Amino acid sequence: MDARLVNPCRDPRLPLRAVGVGLVIGGRTLLDSLSFDISAGGTTVVLGPNGAGKSLLLKLCHGLLKPTSGKLCWADGTPSAPSRRQALVCQRPVLFRRTVAANVDYVLRLLDMPRDARPRRVAELLASTGLSAYARHPARVLSGGEQQRLALARAWALQPDIMFLDEPTANLDPAATRAIEVLIGAIRALGTTVVLSTHDLAQAQRLADRVLFLHRGRLVEQGPTDAFFCTPKTREAAAFIGGELLWQ
Amino acid sequence: MDEFARAFTTAAALVAGADPELIEIIGRSLLVSLSAVAIAIVLGMPSGAVLAIARFPGRKVLIVIVNALMGLPPVVVGLATYLMLSRAGPLGGLGLLFTPTAMVIAQAILITPILCALTRQVMEDLWTEYAEQLQSFDVTLGAALMTLLWEGRFTLGTAVLAGLGRALAEVGAVLIVGGNIAHATRVMTTTIALETARGNLALALALGMILVALAIAINAAAYLTRDYAMRHGR
Repeated sequence: MDARLVNPCRDPRLPLRAVGVGLVIGGRTLLDSLSFDISAGGTTVVLGPNGAGKSLLLKLCHGLLKPTSGKLCWADGTPSAPSRRQALVCQRPVLFRRTVAANVDYVLRLLDMPRDARPRRVAELLASTGLSAYARHPARVLSGGEQQRLALARAWALQPDIMFLDEPTANLDPAATRAIEVLIGAIRALGTTVVLSTHDLAQAQRLADRVLFLHRGRLVEQGPTDAFFCTPKTREAAAFIGGELLWQ
Repeated sequence: MDEFARAFTTAAALVAGADPELIEIIGRSLLVSLSAVAIAIVLGMPSGAVLAIARFPGRKVLIVIVNALMGLPPVVVGLATYLMLSRAGPLGGLGLLFTPTAMVIAQAILITPILCALTRQVMEDLWTEYAEQLQSFDVTLGAALMTLLWEGRFTLGTAVLAGLGRALAEVGAVLIVGGNIAHATRVMTTTIALETARGNLALALALGMILVALAIAINAAAYLTRDYAMRHGR
C-alpha cells in the first residue's frame, strides 16, 4: 500500500469501553456482562469456538445491535452507533451487483468525494488489494478470496479509524487467507485499529496484539497475545488452546 | 374452413402491407399502455420500495391490500374509472371520458398495484441481504432505497415488462372508458372484440397475430434480461 492511503488521524474516540455489556434476545442470554477496552492501534482478536457470540460482539461494537444491559461507549461518552469512521466486513461479504470498481466507487460517493477524484482513488484501492485486473468485472462472479479482498478495499475506502472483521477468512483456502492477512497487516500498519473475530488459533497468534477469549457468551479471559497463549489463566482457555472440545 | 383460410391470408397481407388502419391502432395501443406503465413506474415502484423497508402501523394490511389489487378485474377498474370520469362523476368536468387519456388512467390504476407489489417483494428480499451492510455504511433511508432500486434493476425490469404485458392484453377497462371509437380510442384488443362481432375476421386476426407477437417479444425480453443478470452476477 502506498503512502497516500495512510490514515491521517487516529480516532480520538478510542478506546471503546464496554462495561457489563449483555445481550438478551427472546429470553436467551447470548452475551453475558462483558467488560473490556479496545484502545487505539493494534489488532484485537475476538477468539472463541463457534456460537461463542463473536459476531454479536462485533456487531455490538459497531453499533448494529444495542446491548440490552451495560454500557458500550466511546471515550467521549457517545454510545456505539454505525458511523463511517468505522467499517465492518462480514464473513460472507455483501457486495453490490455492480462492477468491482463500482463497488468501491459507491463508498467514495457516500463520502461525497468529487466525481473527478474518484476514479483515481478507486484505482489506488484496487491496486492495494490486488484487484486492478478485475476492475471492470461484475463483483459477484469473483472467487471467495477476491470478494473478501474487495470487501476490504471497500471498507478501507472509508478510511475508518477502526475496522471490524467478522471471521474474514473462515471460508477461504490457505493462499487466499494469506492474502487477506497481509492486507489486514497493511491496514493496521497505516493506523487503523483492527478488531477481528476468528476461531482459528494460528490466525489469532499471527495477527493478535490482544486476545478477547469468548466462550458461551461470556468473556472468559483477555490479555496480551503472548500471555494468553503461553500462560492461560482459565481452564476453558487452556482447553481451547490445547484443541480440546469445549462442551461444558 | 375456407373462410378461415381466406381470413388468414388477408390478415397476413394486412400485416405485411403495413395497413394504415392497422398501424394506427397498434400505435395507439402502444402509446396508451406505455404511458400507463410509465405512470405505474413513478407511482408503484417507490411506494413498493417504501412498503418493503419502512416500518409503520398498518403496513401489513397495506401489503395484503396491494397484493389483492394485483388481481383487479379490468372491467371493474373500467367501471370505476367510468363512474369517476362520467359527466355526473366527481371528475366529469375534465371531459376525459372516451379519450385516450381516460384509457391511460384506467390502465395505470390496473398496473400500479402490480408494480407496487412486485417491487415490494424484490426490495424486501434485497433488504434482507443488504440491510446490515447499508446500516454499517450509515446511509440515509432515501439513499438505501435508491441503492436497492438499482441493485434490483434487472428483476424490476422484468416486473415492468409483466405490467406492460398485462396492459397491452386487457380489454375490459379500455373498452368501457374509451368507448372503442374509430380513429380516436380504438386499440388492438377492443378492435379485435368489435371486428370479431361484426364478422370482419381478417382485421381481428391480423391484430391478434401482432398481439401474440408482442407478448412473445415482451416475454423474450424478460427472459433475456434475467438470463443476462444471472450470467453476469448482476
